[in-house]
Amino acid sequence: MAPYAITELFGHWGANAVYLLIGFAFGAVLEMSGFGNSMKLAAQFYFKEMTVLKVMFTAIVVAMLLVFFTSAAGLLDFNLVWVPPTYLWPGIAGGLLMGIGFIIGGFCPGTSLVSAATLKVDGIFFVLGASFGIFLFGETIQYYEGFFNSSNMGRFTLPEMFGVDAGVVVLAVTLMALFMFWGAEQLERIFGKTDPKAAPRWRYGAAGAALAVALIVLVIGQPTAEQRWQRIAVEKQQLLDQRAVQIHPGELLNLLGDPLLQVIMLDVRTETDYNLFHILDARHAPVNSLSEAVPGLHGQPANTVFVVMSNDEVAATEAWKVLAAESVPNIYILEGGVNRWLDVFANAEFKTAYQRTSAQPDQLRYVPGAALGSRLPAAEPYEGQFELEFIPKVQLELKRGPSGGGCG
Amino acid sequence: MTTQTPARPLPRQAKMKDANRREAKPYINPYLGGILLGIVLFAALFITGNGLGASGGINRIVVFIQDLVAPSHVDRTAYLTSMAGGDLNPLDNWIVFITLGTLLGGFVSGWVHNRVKIETNRGPQVSVQLRWIMAFIGGAIMGYGARLARGCTSGQALSGGSVLSVGSWAIMLAIFGGGYALAYFLRRFWN
Repeated sequence: MAPYAITELFGHWGANAVYLLIGFAFGAVLEMSGFGNSMKLAAQFYFKEMTVLKVMFTAIVVAMLLVFFTSAAGLLDFNLVWVPPTYLWPGIAGGLLMGIGFIIGGFCPGTSLVSAATLKVDGIFFVLGASFGIFLFGETIQYYEGFFNSSNMGRFTLPEMFGVDAGVVVLAVTLMALFMFWGAEQLERIFGKTDPKAAPRWRYGAAGAALAVALIVLVIGQPTAEQRWQRIAVEKQQLLDQRAVQIHPGELLNLLGDPLLQVIMLDVRTETDYNLFHILDARHAPVNSLSEAVPGLHGQPANTVFVVMSNDEVAATEAWKVLAAESVPNIYILEGGVNRWLDVFANAEFKTAYQRTSAQPDQLRYVPGAALGSRLPAAEPYEGQFELEFIPKVQLELKRGPSGGGCG
Repeated sequence: MTTQTPARPLPRQAKMKDANRREAKPYINPYLGGILLGIVLFAALFITGNGLGASGGINRIVVFIQDLVAPSHVDRTAYLTSMAGGDLNPLDNWIVFITLGTLLGGFVSGWVHNRVKIETNRGPQVSVQLRWIMAFIGGAIMGYGARLARGCTSGQALSGGSVLSVGSWAIMLAIFGGGYALAYFLRRFWN
């Protein structure tokens, strides 16, 4: 299912070649649309020619319809598609500056590249200016880093903001764009000369097709958690049955000490159990709140290993399936859960004092008198103290989809 | 003795041949351009998971040059070191290849359509030199703003907009807002 791990498929230089080709097509289309010409770009701001609006919003709508359609059809895993994280105020501040730069300079970075490539001298000056501006940014950002990193809402989409299905927003955006095109054509007629070439008859057909696709997307809907799991159930269930993803407490301790890895531990038990005892730095993440946490997990760097744990393995396996269905990479289950962890790392006094005589499945077998949380040596064992034998199972997957960088 | 002048094509034919060779071909219809651009963007998202971008590529090229000239400074500055600290090669990144491709594609399309020409596009009331100065200044402001917003019209408005990122739409509105707000005061510059 798309998107693909193209570095895995084509190798390092093969992947670069793919990006080069994409860039080539991008530059060619921009040039063919006339965006190497600053007069055409600036005309947008005087309503004389609305080419920028038409090209931009047609592109956004077409790409949007295709993305959400293929997602609804189960062909594209939207979780692995890069959604630029929302940093609200730096974004707005930067956007305003960009608008000012656009009307003064007559380009945006992408169009200036195309313009420079066709030897427009104003384009070349713009690229030089942009390079200078970017250089200035690199030198000055350290003085207001706080602002630059503020209002981080993470991976946040319009459907999530409005609390509606993606299909609703897709349809709304399509309708809004069609309305804007109609408005743009009126403005062009009033303020500029109407270019007959800009209004071919087939645009009505295209508009109808766009609306039709938007309605289909709305009706089919985006895949549910259940559907996502079904798609990978066979392969993933095999991993579970073969015990390939359940790691020994010793391996977890080893991973925690590995300087090259980031380990995120998700403790999916009840709050009571979590408060009685949890491993130091384990996050409390009850299973029903997991799907909300997923966007944050996707934003983690590529060297992150996620370990889910419950008292034994029942709830953790449940959680593992939820995360697997949402395409979170590098997920493992703590074998034997917190109970096994305490079996291995708790000292004899703790065990004799607090061990239950009998316990239900996935119930905490040690019950301290008070809620100790992680204030216990067993919460952060010293690896050197223990001689542990285990089969290491963790293998970092190459991160599919976005390399966590967006535009640089 | 008369020298024989070689046969010459008729003047009218010569003019047409010249015109065909040098006259720029017309641009494509904006809606068609938009559809093609949307397909390219979709292909990028579908195949690689990444969208398009431009300012990030320019950023990395700038940092590469900085790293050649002042590597210890780069290592000491947090924003720069993430891209070029130590042995890290800032050019070894997908966005740089998209940027190189964009330059190539723009050039080839321009060449095929006879639009590669050394010239300056400017408003009728403005001198060439003033246009160049404004292009540089506008570029600087645009470049600065693009990195502050973590992406420009290609990376945020176009790519982020198509996947419905809230931040991207906010940025898009801010770009157009900023542009339109200042447009009135610059009307003599462009018209």
